[in-house]
Amino acid sequence: MRDVVAEERLPPERVALVDLLDRLLAGGVVVTGDLVLSIADIDLVRISLRALIASIDEDLEGSAGW
Amino acid sequence: MPDATYLYAVARDALPECPAGVADLPVRTISRAGLVAYVSTVPLEQFGEQALRRSLEDMDWLAETARAHHHVVDAVAAATPTAPVRLVTVYDDDAHVRDLLDRRADDFLRVLARVTGRREWGVKAYADPAVGVGPGPRTSGDGNGEPCPGPGGGAGAGRPGTAYLQRRRASLRGREQVRRQVLQRADHIHRALSALAAASYRHRAQDPRLSGRHDWMLLNGAYLVDEGRDAEFAEQAAALGGDGVEIRMTGPWAPYSFTVMEMG
Repeated sequence: MRDVVAEERLPPERVALVDLLDRLLAGGVVVTGDLVLSIADIDLVRISLRALIASIDEDLEGSAGW
Repeated sequence: MPDATYLYAVARDALPECPAGVADLPVRTISRAGLVAYVSTVPLEQFGEQALRRSLEDMDWLAETARAHHHVVDAVAAATPTAPVRLVTVYDDDAHVRDLLDRRADDFLRVLARVTGRREWGVKAYADPAVGVGPGPRTSGDGNGEPCPGPGGGAGAGRPGTAYLQRRRASLRGREQVRRQVLQRADHIHRALSALAAASYRHRAQDPRLSGRHDWMLLNGAYLVDEGRDAEFAEQAAALGGDGVEIRMTGPWAPYSFTVMEMG
């Protein structure tokens, strides 16, 4: 296991946000129609990446908590 | 302003208790058609269309909401097979959620059957672009068993003239060569891991500005693995590292990457 860091089920607050967003923004069941806001209406990935990048400098300093 | 219904996940079983959800709101369940939807009642002034368009631009809000959503999904998935629903899925009311469960029960049950007894693992592979990578160590359970094609070697390597030309070409196209080696290595790792998994998915490589890593992410894979094969899978992932490649494994995750389907 020399090259592997196998993280046992981490508490949700410890999971890296970037790994989480991979899954929350590109995974899961997508429902359309009858919604308050359809995720298909907005480019959520673009928006969130912009938001992330805008705040990345300050936040990455303490990246251990991500 | 009235309330709306925020949907986190769908499963077959109801948990006796569930952690708080988005905006620290309590999570409850809606049962219908043999399925259980995990939901929160949310105020439209925070989760209406206009508010969401604004909030999604706000990093702190996004991070907090993503973690809260994940917290609920993770708790449910730890206890029972679960189909996570994508972040920020908000209905006008519970009746719409019941209607969804009624209409799409078969689809949900099919997805839940697929993930039952399996867990999602993430495997990320990194390389230093300045160094490049080798074809990788030989591994025993090497997927379909074919040797990984070594870059640059091959047919005419033994003949001196050819070797010279190859070296010259390699130096001219070094960067392209390294790129190709890295892609081959990534394909090799992904194939070998996919052979041990019930399903696999390659996410886009993470932006270094988000991951904080400035080396090259050659693979951002997700693998749906039978629970009994977790150890074998982790071992194989470890064995595929080295020779210029660092492997990092995350998980187990709720099966986010294997419940992707669009339903109206």
